Amino acid sequence: MKYRSVFDIIGPVMIGPSSSHTAGAARIGLVARQLFRDQPEKVSFHLYGSFAKTYQGHGTDVALIGGILGFDTSDPRLTNAVEEAQKNELAFEFIIENEVSHHPNTVKIVMEKNGRSMSLMGISIGGGKVEIKELNGFELNLSGNHPAILVVHEDKYGAIASVAAVLAGKKINIGHMEVSRKEEGKDALMVIEVDQNVEQETLEEISALDHITQVTKVHE
Amino acid sequence: MFKTAEELVQKAEREGIKISEVMIRQEMKVHDRSREDIYNQMERNLDVMERAVNRGITESVRSVSGLTGGDGKKLHEYMMLNDTLSGNLTMDAVAKAMSTNEVNAAMGTICATPTAGAAGVVPGTLFAVKEKLNPTRDEMIRYLFVSGAFGFITANNASISGAAGGCQAEVGSATGMAAAAIVEMAGGTPRQSSQAMAMALKNMLGLVCDPVAGLVEVPCVKRNAFGASHALVAADLALAGIESRIPCDEVIDAMYRIGENMPTALKETGDGGLAATPTGNRYKQEIFGAGK
Repeated sequence: MKYRSVFDIIGPVMIGPSSSHTAGAARIGLVARQLFRDQPEKVSFHLYGSFAKTYQGHGTDVALIGGILGFDTSDPRLTNAVEEAQKNELAFEFIIENEVSHHPNTVKIVMEKNGRSMSLMGISIGGGKVEIKELNGFELNLSGNHPAILVVHEDKYGAIASVAAVLAGKKINIGHMEVSRKEEGKDALMVIEVDQNVEQETLEEISALDHITQVTKVHE
Repeated sequence: MFKTAEELVQKAEREGIKISEVMIRQEMKVHDRSREDIYNQMERNLDVMERAVNRGITESVRSVSGLTGGDGKKLHEYMMLNDTLSGNLTMDAVAKAMSTNEVNAAMGTICATPTAGAAGVVPGTLFAVKEKLNPTRDEMIRYLFVSGAFGFITANNASISGAAGGCQAEVGSATGMAAAAIVEMAGGTPRQSSQAMAMALKNMLGLVCDPVAGLVEVPCVKRNAFGASHALVAADLALAGIESRIPCDEVIDAMYRIGENMPTALKETGDGGLAATPTGNRYKQEIFGAGK
């Protein structure tokens, strides 16, 4: 079931005009910023489907920029996100893609700073709810509604168990987990949605494990 | 978690509780939260709705494009001075639904129910029915849990996105949700709520999403207005004991399949329907210039 809470239906409280094209877009932008763990210097938004057709009318452009700047769906600064971007030295561009995507409201976000880059594909499924479908080429399913940790690791036995053991030791319950890899034996990605906040110390403990390359935290 | 309207109604009947109570208990259980915590969050949503309704009927809000604004206030003034043909409760719901959507179009703060484009129907009916039934604050919060319960089923079995299912998935869903909630507030049974949802949604089937210039304004604001009047009629039908021949879950399923068959031009792309009329195109050019 895609929707798990009554507040997915009655909510979010948001700045208009569209839950999918404004609130959902802002949320995708916000998750992107959290995953990048910094404000990028430059961001490209590739828009597909309904996003590509109506992004100006619905404020999708403004909302995506606002999300990258760290604004929530109800933040009044969203409406002035373009000016805020200039103030915060964030360069942005919008690219209209004609390719048909799986979901009508799809955006691919590419962020860059100091030679570091990250790309992710997000969809806005309605009512402000979003899913992240791809991260740096890895397929995944991340709602952004729960705290989650993303672990890039070598595709080797024991890697998953050792991460799960650290979480169990901290009494952190795993609500949802997915593992994906681009190629057998190479890089793989664990997406772990948890019920409570994960402390920095726990993240460091996971980073120190064998076969773990990178650990990132996403929260609400 | 309940998956269908039938499961929801049966659970309420079996345990002798209201639909709102089933939704509250599920929320507590699935998300491990206290009743108070959930209630408080819903009350904050109610406060946002109330502010948007009041803003729209007292201020002449205007959207950035200038396409919408001021009609909620105009209608509210008209019904205060005149004995309206369709009845003051209905016109009050319509005025308050329009107000909310005008505030939304003006990039004001609203609560999505289930979406921003359809945010007028649930609060519009709630704050109109309130004048007649004089509910407690608690009962008003429960109204939102009933709406949420039916929206939850619709979202999981069909869609609440105009881009995925057309306006039937947005204003259609909101209208069904409101109808079910009015029934509970008026003292109807859980099954009558489900009947109201079925009858309201049936008459919204096939409604396309064709926003002029891609803006959540035309025809969205007025579709919310008519959705609110629809919800009241459906609630009265259900309270009179009238039943939908097609069960609620099958109506939701029909809505999903119609959405799948709907051409992309009519699903929030701004390419078809009213958006593609000469006047619709003219507005688009005036707002975005000839280049768009």
